Amino acid sequence: MTPPLLSLRGISKSYGPIKANQGIDLDVADRSIHAILGENGAGKSTLMKLIYGVEQPDDGTATWQGEPLALASPAEARKQGIGMVFQHFSLFETLTVVENIRLVVHGKTAELTERIRTLGRDFGLEVDPLAHVHALSVGERQRVEIIRCLMTNPKLLILDEPTSVLPPQLVERLFDTLRRLRDGGVSILFISHKLEEIRAICDRATILRAGRVTGNVDPREHDAHDLARMMIGRDMPEPMPAEPRTGGDKQLEIIGLNHTPDDPFAVPLADINLTVRAGEILGIAGVSGNGQSELAALISGETRLSRHEKDRIFMMDADVGQLGPAARRARGFAFVPEDRLGRGAVPEMSLVLNGLLTAHPLKLLKNGLVDRAQATAFAETCIRDYDVRTPGPQTEAGALSGGNLQKFIVGREIMLAPKLLFVAQPTWGVDIGAASAIRRRLIALRNAGMAILVISEELEELFELADTIQVLYHGRLSPPLVTRDTRPEEIGRYMMGAKPEKADA
Amino acid sequence: MNAVEFILAGMLAAATPFLLAALGELVVERAGVLNLGVEGLMAFGAVIAFIIVYHGGGHFIAFIAAGVCGALLSLVFALIALGFRANQVATGLAIGILGQGLSALFGKSYESLTVKGLPKIGIPGLSDLPVIGGLFTQDIVVWLSLLATLAIWATFAFTKTGLIIRAVGENPKAANAIGYPVIAVRVAAVAFGGMMAGLAGAYASVVYTPLWADGMIAGRGWIAIALVVFGTWLTGRVFLGACLFGAVSLMSLAAQTTGLDVPSQLLSSLPYIVTIIVLGIISADRRLLKLNGVASLGEPFER
Repeated sequence: MTPPLLSLRGISKSYGPIKANQGIDLDVADRSIHAILGENGAGKSTLMKLIYGVEQPDDGTATWQGEPLALASPAEARKQGIGMVFQHFSLFETLTVVENIRLVVHGKTAELTERIRTLGRDFGLEVDPLAHVHALSVGERQRVEIIRCLMTNPKLLILDEPTSVLPPQLVERLFDTLRRLRDGGVSILFISHKLEEIRAICDRATILRAGRVTGNVDPREHDAHDLARMMIGRDMPEPMPAEPRTGGDKQLEIIGLNHTPDDPFAVPLADINLTVRAGEILGIAGVSGNGQSELAALISGETRLSRHEKDRIFMMDADVGQLGPAARRARGFAFVPEDRLGRGAVPEMSLVLNGLLTAHPLKLLKNGLVDRAQATAFAETCIRDYDVRTPGPQTEAGALSGGNLQKFIVGREIMLAPKLLFVAQPTWGVDIGAASAIRRRLIALRNAGMAILVISEELEELFELADTIQVLYHGRLSPPLVTRDTRPEEIGRYMMGAKPEKADA
Repeated sequence: MNAVEFILAGMLAAATPFLLAALGELVVERAGVLNLGVEGLMAFGAVIAFIIVYHGGGHFIAFIAAGVCGALLSLVFALIALGFRANQVATGLAIGILGQGLSALFGKSYESLTVKGLPKIGIPGLSDLPVIGGLFTQDIVVWLSLLATLAIWATFAFTKTGLIIRAVGENPKAANAIGYPVIAVRVAAVAFGGMMAGLAGAYASVVYTPLWADGMIAGRGWIAIALVVFGTWLTGRVFLGACLFGAVSLMSLAAQTTGLDVPSQLLSSLPYIVTIIVLGIISADRRLLKLNGVASLGEPFER
């Protein structure tokens, strides 16, 4: 038997009291696609940063093709033939594709341009070498990252959650590229928490839970259920069934909204139409960067319409286009923004004060002054009811893990008992247990008659939650699709810009 | 000599202190660092150069020394702002005040003394042309500054060095992830900027107005910083901006000599008024700022 390409023994890494990786053993074979499977926070990304040399382990050894490997720096890793495609891209937006690549690969611009085209043809990674990166779609940017790695002729390519940003059809295309690369002699470390994908493409899977290895299997011999149990340590929670309802009041209605933001990198919105009724969840699907943040800001009131744009956005039957966030909240609107730190919560402030930020109308003020006792009681209730893991209500928001802070923010907004709830990316970076708790809570609220709007990148999530789905692509919304009667591939087509099949009625 | 000839002939020399300092600051800001100490760095370079020329050291040595001293003082800024990650604005202001203080201290016994400037070199043929001939008769430092402008433009447009500086300024985390030493690049950029500011100061004190007076830099360092924004971080526009300011400052001189019935204070404040107006106009176009701006400007880098 040939020695493994990369072999790790007893790798450990701690950040303060948090043990991100403990005694990790890993063998990656030559010419294989090897999955690292685990929940958010299981230590996958830390392990990859250690292998690529971005961070250094506290303990443990590594061998590379039988020789000791230093794990010292990204430059060292690249010299050995290890390349990495990051989850959050490390491209430079104001530079062109070829300039980005020239930063990593030696060579003249003209020669590199030609090589980019050749690689693109050979591996299905077509992209215009002279385009500026800020003008590229997310899928194209990922291709640039992969090309950039491939041009250093790596033996091992690390891909951190590569499918999280792609519509289903492009995932297939990426897999095809990865298989071609493997057959060309490159091993691939594929990080994911999506079980079906791993079963579809990987030869081997190493499963992490809470910083430790809990399984090392051939994923094709196990079904998704087994893998999930190894990953989260118990069975997957069952989704909560939604009761069909019809004919609630229109709580949010947007009619023919056009908006061009000041920011030149922002996406202009065109002809947005949507309706959310009481007792209904509307999901907005789409790869991020297609106008989600612009639309969210218009709905939350962070962006206001000018005085000339009347009758575009209605909440609870009132035109709210010119109103700010506070005025909209006063009408029974609540909002969980996508970025928890900075917009959802103030990191340096305690949970009590963060609770006050939006929940002050719940009698947390007395004669205009903060009622400490009431405010603390509110935060304690939220922490208890929404299973927020924290030492106490006086903890700073920034000290909570992403998932726990998200539970607190969602809880805070739900406790306002809004008529209309808007949640952007409800389960980003939240572990599976907490994510399913948040989803069950949303469905329960829907069943109780709340109107809910959800923006999410995770198609599976929308299929679990939403009654209807609309897809946002290049600032335009698709017509509403009833979730029960729609297949994911159909959503995927809209995510890539397909036009509605029938002509406008 | 009429006013137009006067302005054309003097414009480049008047622009050179702005130009050298602004080119230095351009490189610093492109690497993502905001050094507001330019005024003090110029003053420090100016006094060093003046003392050397006054004691017979010659212009060449004076410029070298001013450049080295500017770079050394800016490395103090780099140590505090990049090494210890102090606030760049506060650190830059402090270093600026330090530079001005040092220049006042060293220059105390040279107050109102004069030295000899540099001879002008004409381009044969061109410098004999009517009206615009003056434009082609300049001292050696002006000619070298034009070459420096070209060199910096070419560096950003064509070379990998320029690419690395832009990458570090736009996204230091990503630059670090692909293996570039962010702090080292920034320190080098700051030292270069300090050197250029030192040279700019030297030009002001031993060539342009070869006379020592405390506070002789008179806000030119601040205008140089404004010029970088004015030029939206593009070398060519920074050059044009420097020429415009050179011309405007000469215009106020020309207007004073023609005896126009305008208060001289108003005329000498003309460059600053133009700065404010132009900055206002540029800032109105947010698209331009966003496309060419430096994303990580002034933010400390932490891994």
